[in-house]
This record gives sequence, structure tokens and C-alpha cells, in this order.
Amino acid sequence: MPELRVVHVMGTVVSFAIRTPMSSQIHRALDEAETWLRHVDAVFSTYRPDSQISRLAAGTLSLIRCAPEVREVLALCADIEAESNGHFTTTPRGRLDPSGLVKGWATETVSDILYAAGATDHCINAGGDVQTRSSLRDAPWRIGIAHPHHPGDLTAIVTGTNMAVATSGTSERGEHIIDPHTGRASTGLVSLTLVGRHLTRVDALATAGFAMGEDARDWIASLPDIEAFAITTTGRAWQTPAFPVSTPA
Amino acid sequence: MRRAVLATSATVAGIGLLLALKPHHNSPAAALAPSPSGSAGPSGGAGPSGGAGPSGSAGPSGSAGPSGGASSKPSATGRNGTFTGDAIDTRYGPVQVQVTIKDGKLAAVKVLQVPSENGRDRELADMAIPRLTRAALAAGNAKIDTVSGATYTSEGYVNSLQSALDKAHA
Repeated sequence: MPELRVVHVMGTVVSFAIRTPMSSQIHRALDEAETWLRHVDAVFSTYRPDSQISRLAAGTLSLIRCAPEVREVLALCADIEAESNGHFTTTPRGRLDPSGLVKGWATETVSDILYAAGATDHCINAGGDVQTRSSLRDAPWRIGIAHPHHPGDLTAIVTGTNMAVATSGTSERGEHIIDPHTGRASTGLVSLTLVGRHLTRVDALATAGFAMGEDARDWIASLPDIEAFAITTTGRAWQTPAFPVSTPA
Repeated sequence: MRRAVLATSATVAGIGLLLALKPHHNSPAAALAPSPSGSAGPSGGAGPSGGAGPSGSAGPSGSAGPSGGASSKPSATGRNGTFTGDAIDTRYGPVQVQVTIKDGKLAAVKVLQVPSENGRDRELADMAIPRLTRAALAAGNAKIDTVSGATYTSEGYVNSLQSALDKAHA
């Protein structure tokens, strides 16, 4: 049984599972990880009027006075924004909101904290976005992909050792939308799961790809380090060839 | 239509370039590094053969390309309209284009299918949505460690499969 810790933070739940035998150092790292996540929430939450991001958006705090991680996050956002042709944006509702990147980044950061403390075999799930580390190729982490139409069921299982998995989508049933230009059902996405190495990137790219809808397909095919699995509004699914899907035993 | 088809071939030279480049794909010398903008750039064209330029697409050797695909199934009558070609299986993968003719002129070309440099498109095929029910998973002992899904809230977590997994492990 792995060591488990569940932390309610950032408006969601972060579950830590550690398979490395626990040490006092790893216990301390877990505490540090939890503290870090609460710090990130305090700095980046758009729900807290006193967070640095809220005050930065309101113009009552200058970027230079923000914590260095604010500049780091905004720089990372700018990279993804450029790579996704603006489908990822730090102003999704016209107001500064880097939330689309913060959770993945914070989770990858705490994964690094655990790894540095010796917990080389762990899995962190932050509200459905997952970062794993392991050196055990014969005992990979197994991650179920939630079925978008049937809560509690899965649509696929992916396995890997050092892997990031992020799913973007609505839990609502996708409607069949007719595109007036073609007269055919639009091929938007209901759910898009991306797999890569680093959750900061994978999570933000999943957000961007989902926003692209049907165009995500060609775009993702051009990203060499990313594999994808998608469910479309037309009730079909597609995946990239190297998507690490595992058939259930 | 024929003129339009030829125009299409020239317009979508990028596809031809891609097709023409394809034979070099397995050659170690062909450094077709994938990039967001696609590999059909000028650097990719500078292959050993040198003949893999855009002109290749309109030439006789490129006949298996888009020009073949765009010659059928008009979805509108007369000179104007949008025409979707059959998906043609070339040795490099399926190719399909859609052209829009307005006032007898080529107004738009949309590439519906094109084999990419790494052959991914062939495997980005549609399939039915797989479903692994909770019951089947339990019965099959298909162990999972965690669940990835659209972000759940603190409240949503309570009834989630992830919550059940956490409880099982705790």
C-alpha cells in the first residue's frame, strides 16, 4: 500500500500516493508540499481579492512587487500562449487569470520536492491532473481516464513511470451541434486527455487544445512530446499512435 | 473542373512537398524534425534528391496526390460551390482536400486529410468511445492508481472515483 495524503486546496483536492518506503525526510517533504500548495493558492487564487494575482489584475500591485513565482508563471503562460496560437491565454475572461497553468505548475513543483527528498516513486493527482515519477518500469503507475458521459466509469487506462496526464473537458454530455457552413455535425471535443512528461506544459496544452476543438487534432499531431486521446461531440474518440493506453487485464 | 483541379494542385503545393518529401523519411540523412509549424519547410526540402520542391506536386509523379482526390463528388452544381474530393490512399497515407469555387475561380482550399511527416494521421483514426465500467473494472481486477478527468471541485471530489480510490488506499 502506498503512503497516502489528501489535501483540500486550490478549490480542489490533491491526492499524494507514495510507493517509496517512507522516511522522515519524505514526511517532511510532504508537509513542505502541502505548505507550498497553500502558498500558491494564497498568491494565485482569483477567488481571493487579497491574492497577488487579484491585486495585480486590479492594478493595486505591480509585477515587480509580486513574488518571483508570479513572474515565473506568467512567463510560462506566455510560452504556452505563443505555442498554442493564443488558444491558451492568461486573460480567459478579459481579466488576468493564469489558473489554467498554475495548478499543473504547482503540482509539478511539489512532485519535484518529493523526488528531491527521495520519494522517487510517487503519483500526485490534483483535481484530475496527474504527475507521476517512478524508476520501476515493470510497475508503472496506472491512470484511469474518466468517461465523460458515465461518471464512475473509465474510457481508457494509461500507464507510465515519469508521466504527466491532464484531461480538459466538460462533464456534460456533448451536444450535436450542426455547423452551418458544412451542414454537418461539428466535431468539437467533449474531453481531451494529453500525456507528456511535465504537468505544467501538459495541463496548459490540454486547456489550449480543448479550446481549439476540432483543430486540436492537427495541432497535437505536430507536438512531438505529447500524446493525446480525445472524445468528440459526435460520439467518437481518437488517439495518437503512441498514446500509452493499456488494455485492462 | 479540370482547371480548378490543376489550380488546386498548385495551391496546395505544401501537400505535394510533404508527399514528395516522404520517401526520404526513412533515410537517416533526412532530418525531418517535427515542429509545430510542420516539417514541410524549406529546410526539409533541401534533401539529397533536391527534386522535392513544390513543383513536384503538380508534375506527373505527383499524380497520386491531391489532384486525384479533388476530381470527384461535387457537392454543388454549376461552377460555384464547395467540392470535396474522395480520400485517396497514397503510398504516403490518405489525402483529401476540399475546394471552394466562386465565380469560376478557386476561392479556398481546405486540406481535410494529409499524411504528416511522421505518419501520425493514419493512426489518428476515429473509433467508438471505449467504456470500462466500474463493475467490469472491479471484476477484471484492472487495478488503477488514480483517475484523470475534467477538474473536479472540492465538493465534486466527494463522490468521485478518485475519492473512492483514496479511501481504498487509506
